[in-house]
Parts: sequence; structure tokens; C-alpha cells
Amino acid sequence: MRNAFAAELTKLGAELDSLVLLSGDIGNKLFDDYKLRFPKRFLNCGVAEANMIGVAAGMAQCGLRPVAYTINSFITTRCLEQIRLDVCYQNVPVILAGVGSGLSYAGLGSTHHSCEDIAVLRVLPNMTVVCPGDATEVRLALRAALQHGGPVYIRLGKKGEPLVHTGLPRFEIGKGIVVRGGEDVCLLSTGNMLPVAVQAADELAQRGVSAQVVSMHTVKPLDDELLAETFWRFTTVVTLEEHSVHGGLGGSVAEWLADRPPQRARLCRIGTADTFLREAGEQDYAREYFGLTAANVAASALRLHSMSTSKRASLFLP
Amino acid sequence: MTEVPADGCGLDGMGVGAKYGNGGAVKGLAEDRALGAAGGEHRAGIGELDAIARCIRGCVVRMSHKARTAHLASALSCVDILVAAYWAVLVIDPARPENPARDRLILSKGHAATALYATLAYRGFFPTNVLDSYTVAGSPLSEHPSPGRLPGIEAATGSLGHGLPLGVGMALAGRLQQYEYRVFVVMSDGECNEGSVWEAALLAPAHCLDRLVTIIDYNKWQATGRSNDITALCSLREKWAAFGWSVREIDGHDLGALVAEMQNVPDGTNKPVAIIANTVKGRGVSFMEDDNNWHYRSPDAGEAAAALRELGLE
Repeated sequence: MRNAFAAELTKLGAELDSLVLLSGDIGNKLFDDYKLRFPKRFLNCGVAEANMIGVAAGMAQCGLRPVAYTINSFITTRCLEQIRLDVCYQNVPVILAGVGSGLSYAGLGSTHHSCEDIAVLRVLPNMTVVCPGDATEVRLALRAALQHGGPVYIRLGKKGEPLVHTGLPRFEIGKGIVVRGGEDVCLLSTGNMLPVAVQAADELAQRGVSAQVVSMHTVKPLDDELLAETFWRFTTVVTLEEHSVHGGLGGSVAEWLADRPPQRARLCRIGTADTFLREAGEQDYAREYFGLTAANVAASALRLHSMSTSKRASLFLP
Repeated sequence: MTEVPADGCGLDGMGVGAKYGNGGAVKGLAEDRALGAAGGEHRAGIGELDAIARCIRGCVVRMSHKARTAHLASALSCVDILVAAYWAVLVIDPARPENPARDRLILSKGHAATALYATLAYRGFFPTNVLDSYTVAGSPLSEHPSPGRLPGIEAATGSLGHGLPLGVGMALAGRLQQYEYRVFVVMSDGECNEGSVWEAALLAPAHCLDRLVTIIDYNKWQATGRSNDITALCSLREKWAAFGWSVREIDGHDLGALVAEMQNVPDGTNKPVAIIANTVKGRGVSFMEDDNNWHYRSPDAGEAAAALRELGLE
């Protein structure tokens, strides 16, 4: 996702004179091409995230389209007040791009994990939260974010994630993308869990359960239409995210559900537990630790699906 | 209780604005900039600035009294800075507040909002009777400046340490877009406690932002005590110089010095400019001067009347 972001940004730099890239002293070599082509429109703000966000907001107030880029955990909670006041309160079009979302940088320790960022940013008025599912979505999300008029947070993974989309999907902020159709259960995935969702759907298929996979790349605003249809059509809806079960996609969907009359489908939220991971291990290990694996997703979906197709299901059916 | 209207200092708000304005639609900002650089005669003289400053102080006292709001002394502290900037330095046109070529002033010490509101009203950005609505439910004038509610307010401030990073961004944008505008950021000394101030202070000289100016309203007080007791601020002059800024230290109530130093930007050093304005908190009202109780207190009717008498406005 990281390389796709840099490549698309360089392309967009040529299309949009007002595009400016701000970096918090990361991305060594990553933006070489961009810097070579647009040296005046690159600013290394140093290891000073609060200032970087303020600078980006000031630029946006003067008509530029700044994209502020650094590690996920530092571009969100480290400078939250600047995001809240300089960007959101003033409602200026700043794009925050965080790299290393969720457990991407698991091995670096919890200082570099980012499992609270969706929750923290989606509560800010005027903020849009986009978590692309693969490199193709990263490119489309960045393009869409620049067309969007207000603040956008783009949550990136790292480099080398599997590509899920084979073609170019229709991408619209606030509209989920159905990656694979299905009948029984629906897996709503946000961000870098999309490949896991596809694997889980494969496992479910082997057990005779048909699973739909949706990339819910936008957590705010939620795709109301898609959720309404999903909770009506399926027996089971599972949300997947490399983020806390509190306040992320699962939390958002649970809130959505709480405001509506009982729906047919039951919700299962899969994400990280309410704890810091305090041991070494790379992303695969961390995902295993928190149950963010295709096997666990499939098992959870299967459990809920069998419950709803048993007698108890009549309680929930219309 | 004495009814004290916000507008009552004998100066016609729009008139003051128009008199020292940049000629509205007739003249362009580029032309004004040339005039300003040449010390054009449309700029107010010191005597007039002093009268305007007294008028603004009167407004600030009335607003604090009527609304019973805090931060009166902080507002009085920076009135001269704002008056010098708005009537003698800034290249602005109140009729075209969004002109991209305009000079910008960010009141980063947003708790002094009454001083900014009165200044903008009397400079002609909006009618002076709007000041009467200060803090009234539904009014655009809250205790700290809200974004997008009134022309002339360049940034939503109130939480300290935000103005300078915004100013750095505006100055960089100006350079990139080839404008000659300058960005003035008015901060308090207490605000220099905030780490984000020093993050911005490090970045600006690295990019030789010589059209960026920070003016520190150095009244030696913050909310609960002497600023130099709470953190080791001294010497502000040496700190800003060490960070790579072109530093000047002046009497922050000397309108002539304020005008001279603010007009001297860029100053040929290729550095951003830090003007340390030594001020007195509560300036202009003898019984408020250097008395930090007036950080939070608001004057009752008797105190407001006494203050206005001292300002020659009663």
C-alpha cells in the first residue's frame, strides 16, 4: 500500500499544482520521484507532528491541498488537538495519511501500533475516515480524497500486502465495495484485513457456507444503504479490522444497529482486544494473538450462522 | 445598573475603517503594498493611533463588563499591538477580507478575543453594533474566535500554541503561490509554554520564512502566576535568537516602535522576525495594570465606569 500511495501521489502531483506533501521525517527514498519532480511542493517538517498538522492547516487555509504523511500512530493521537481544531474545527481540506496502520508494525512494539485511530478520528466533526483494503484502493482513495472538500484521514498498511482487486473497482467515499457475492453471511472488512476476509470466505465455502465479502473502506460516513441491505439479507454480519473492537468499524456498525429496529442478521465484531500487546512478534504473530486470522473469522461466522439457522433463530426472524 | 453600550467611544466604526482603509474596490492590494512600503499617507499617525487604542480599550472593558467574561487584562495587554498592526501596518482591505494577497494576522492568544473583535469592527470588517452581541446566545462572537463566522478572523484560536504553526503554513503557502503577503502571529508569553510553539519556531528559520512575524505580548503574567516563575522563559530574546529568528525587543505600548518594527518585515536578514513586545497586563486602566486578578475578573458597573473615565471615554 505504501508504494502505491507514493506512486499515485506523484501522479497526482502532476495533475494538481496545489498539491503539497508534508512528511514527519519518514519515507526515506519512498518519495524520491515526487521530490525530484516537485521539489518545492515537498516539506519535511521534522519529527514534530503537532506543528506539521498546524502547518498543513495553514496551507489549506491559503488554497493549497496538503497531504501530511507519517506513521499512523504519530499522525493521529500524537497531534490530536491540532487535527481537531486546526483541521476539523476550521474545516479545511487537509489529507492525513498514516502508514503502518493497526498491527502492520507489530514488531516495533505498541508505540508503533495503531489500533485506536479510527475510533479517535471518526468522532471528530467534519472528518472522513477511509481505510483502503489493498493497493488499488489506496490509489483510488487518495484520488477521491483530493476531490473531497474537507478533512480526510487515509489509513494505510505497509508495503507488500496482497492485491485483492484484479480490476479497477468503482470507488466512492462512503460506499462499500462488494468484493465477492454470497448468500449466508457477510464479512465487512475495513483496511488491511481485506485479504483475510477473502481467505475466510474461502474457508467458509469449503464448509458449505456462502460468504459475501465487502470492503468497507470508509468507516465515516458509513454506507447506510449497504448496511440496511446487508442486515436484512444475511443471517450473520461479521466486521473485521486491525483495530480495537471498540469504536472502529465494528463499533460504528453496532451504533448504526442500535438506532434501528431489530434486524434479521446478528453482528459479530472481530478486532483487537482492549489491551496493549507487550511482546515481540511480527504482524502475523500479532494477528494470531488477537484472533485476526481467516480460521478464527470463519469459525466465528460459522458459529453465529448455525445459531441463527437453529430454532433460536426464530427469535430474530420476522 | 449602568447600561454600558459596546459602541460608545465617539469614533464612528465604519468611518474609522474607511478612513484608513485601502480604498475598497478602487485600489488593488499590490498598489497598497507599494504605498505601505513607501510610508503612504493613508496610514494613521501616532496621535490617531493612540485615540483608536483608547477606543478599543473602552470596547474591551465594556464587553467584559456586560458579558461578565474573563481575560480582560490579557486583552488590554495586546490592544496597542493590534491597533498598530491594523491601522498602520497590515496591507488589508476590509471590503475584501478574503483577498488572497492580503497580509494575515492571527491572534494566537485567542482569549484576548474582545480586543480582536473591537479592532476588526472599528477597522470596518463588520458593523460595530455586532460587538453588542458578544457572548449572547447564537451570536458569532464567542469568548474565543470561531472559524468562518465573521470576516477578518484568520484562525480559530483559544487553545494556545496553534497560531504559529498555522502561520508557518500560511507563510509557506504565500511563498509557493508567489504572494508577497506577510503573516503576523500575536502570542502570549504563557503560550510559549506550549511545545508546538517551539516546533514551529524550529521549522520557520530552516525555510527562511522572512515574511513571518511572531509578536510576543510579554506581560510577564500567565493565568496563575508570573510567567518566568512557572517556566524558565527568560530570556525570551535569547531563546528566539538561538532558534534562528531576527529578534527585536520593544516597549509593546509604544505605538511608534510597534509600527516601525512591524513595517520592517522582511528585514533583509532572511530570517523570520520575533518581536518581543514588553507589555503591562491590564494596560490603560490604572487599577488593573499588572494585577493578575484581572486575568479572570470582570469589572462591575462602577469599575467599568472608572476605567472608561481613565481612558477619557466617559
